[in-house]
Amino acid sequence: MGVLMTVDLMAFARAVASGDIRVIDLTQTLSQEFPTIVLPPELGQCAPFRMEEVSRYDERGPAWYWNNVSLGEHTGTHFDAPIHWISGKDLPNNAVDTINVAQFIAPAVVIDCSKECAADPDFALTIPFVEQWEARHGEIEPRSWVLLRTDWSKHAYTDYAGLRDDGAHTPGPEPAVVKWFVEQRDVHGFGTETIGTDFGQGQHFNPPYPAHFFMHGKGRFGLQCLTNLDLLPPKGAIIIAAPLKIKQGSGSPLRVLALVAGGNV
Amino acid sequence: MTEPLVRPRRKNPLKRTRLPLRPQGVRSRAAHGLTAAAAEGRFALQVCLDCNTVIYPPRDACPSCLSARLPFRDVARGGTLVAETTVRTTTDPYFRERTPWRVGTVKLDAGPVVVAHLHGDAVEGGRVRLELKLDKSGSAVAIALPEKDTENMADDRYLREMTCDPKFRRVLITDGRTTVGQAMAQAFSDAGAAIVFVGLADPWKPFPGMAGLRKIERVEIVPLDVTDSESVTELAEQNGARIDIVVNTAEHVRAGGVVDRHGLTIAREEIDVRYLGLLRLAQAFGPILRSRGADGVNSAAAFVNLLSVHALMNWPAYGSYSATEAACLSAAQCMRAELRPGGVKVVNVFFGPLETEWFQTVPPPKVTLAVLANAVVRALQHGLEDVFVGDVAEDIRQRLAVNPKALEREMAN
Repeated sequence: MGVLMTVDLMAFARAVASGDIRVIDLTQTLSQEFPTIVLPPELGQCAPFRMEEVSRYDERGPAWYWNNVSLGEHTGTHFDAPIHWISGKDLPNNAVDTINVAQFIAPAVVIDCSKECAADPDFALTIPFVEQWEARHGEIEPRSWVLLRTDWSKHAYTDYAGLRDDGAHTPGPEPAVVKWFVEQRDVHGFGTETIGTDFGQGQHFNPPYPAHFFMHGKGRFGLQCLTNLDLLPPKGAIIIAAPLKIKQGSGSPLRVLALVAGGNV
Repeated sequence: MTEPLVRPRRKNPLKRTRLPLRPQGVRSRAAHGLTAAAAEGRFALQVCLDCNTVIYPPRDACPSCLSARLPFRDVARGGTLVAETTVRTTTDPYFRERTPWRVGTVKLDAGPVVVAHLHGDAVEGGRVRLELKLDKSGSAVAIALPEKDTENMADDRYLREMTCDPKFRRVLITDGRTTVGQAMAQAFSDAGAAIVFVGLADPWKPFPGMAGLRKIERVEIVPLDVTDSESVTELAEQNGARIDIVVNTAEHVRAGGVVDRHGLTIAREEIDVRYLGLLRLAQAFGPILRSRGADGVNSAAAFVNLLSVHALMNWPAYGSYSATEAACLSAAQCMRAELRPGGVKVVNVFFGPLETEWFQTVPPPKVTLAVLANAVVRALQHGLEDVFVGDVAEDIRQRLAVNPKALEREMAN
């Protein structure tokens, strides 16, 4: 209680208002054109974002404009809850409506592999790569989001999706490093700029889709389709990522904000 | 021979667009037997079951024996053009804009004398073949064509009032990602369409036919996703006035019934792509097509629906799909009534299983895509409204006409 008394939330609010704390939007705009994950066509598909005008100051509603929208839980910039994956299906409080809301605010480390990804869309994050990062920036603190900066969000949609004859070619983590993040670094979750948290060819790993398998199996979270990760420091940003409170939801589109100390960029 | 049509000059954007008019279109109930025949490209007249008299115009009683048993039967279309005249002035607003207009009397080999519109190459005293066509009002009329095909005969201005020939028209194929769409683009290019717009959704998603599609002459790829209202509206706003024929090739074929399916995700997709997709296209393109029904040589002409013949009778193996197709058929009937004031035809093309991956497990006969595409082009060239392509479609139609209940049971097996 004593510690709590020392927290000055008004000072925090003033710092946000003055720009001493910068608020950075890590969210892609929900639009009809933004790529949605592609599965084999005989499987169930995630619905893309769609919008139907209800009225626009017209005979359908003379003084107001509004839309009905439809989308999947995993459309656009979105949050993955542990219940999304079979490995996390039996965990307590594993859906977006039951996760402790305090978990929606957490610090982040940003691992920059944008140069490597520019050279190779099949760049796979490994433990040695992260160890080198830690040698420069210090160890990843427990309960931090690990955000993978690939600059993938800057690609045009064709390269962004990276689809070829043999599936998607986009960067992502190897199985070993995901397991290591969870077991050795107790991370809060894993976030990417790509359509999913996993490597584009992640179905060929063992286990397939390791970011989903290990993160959700240990009750950790996922964020994908992030943007503006290049505006974040390697350490010290606070992430606000609160999914919609969907009953037994497996995930949710959301607005992801980062708080960064310090004035102008 | 007919003077060949020349590609219309670019339209002066400052010129007023002439509003479409229609010839008188009221018909008796009996006369709609001609409408049905014209819609399918058949030549059928009433034939008395009691005295075999072939009857024209349609009547409720046989003029020879007063029998009321007068079904429409396909009869020989040959005859002689006995007399012709040219209408040079009229109070009818539609024909006033189109005089001089030739009409004549044709003595059919089958018996009756028919008053008919005349193709430019039909000669007085000469042999002709009579065809039933739907005019701009959607009603059946007879037109006498020369007995044998003449050069450029499809370009005849009288005939072209009754057809939707793609030649020099600008076509929109709504989905080029489907193999149906690719076959359609090729067929319309071959048929002399001035521009073949081909819609493409999610351009970031590669597909095998892309390179081939781009190689087709006069194809222009345009962004279009029939599941996205904004995308459909944007294309109509940008290019709607340059599109004369819409061919909706968006498809969503999945096996599975109504009971024997797990959840509604696929059904929603079916309805979104097919039924709501049709509605989006209808709302975006319908009004502008209707307003351009008399806009010169490349006037707006047709909206083509590709429909499973199982829109007419459910096929439980593809039961949910069939139900969606039935909804599309119903919407198409409504569209017909709504677009008729512009003289724009809504063409329904029915077919059984296609030679595509989604009918992989279905045994032949299946309709190949080239056959389907050519049938669509031919239907437009001939001004048809209802087209059945392939053996399965024809078989279903016939069995449905004879005994719908039997067909319902048979489809379950």
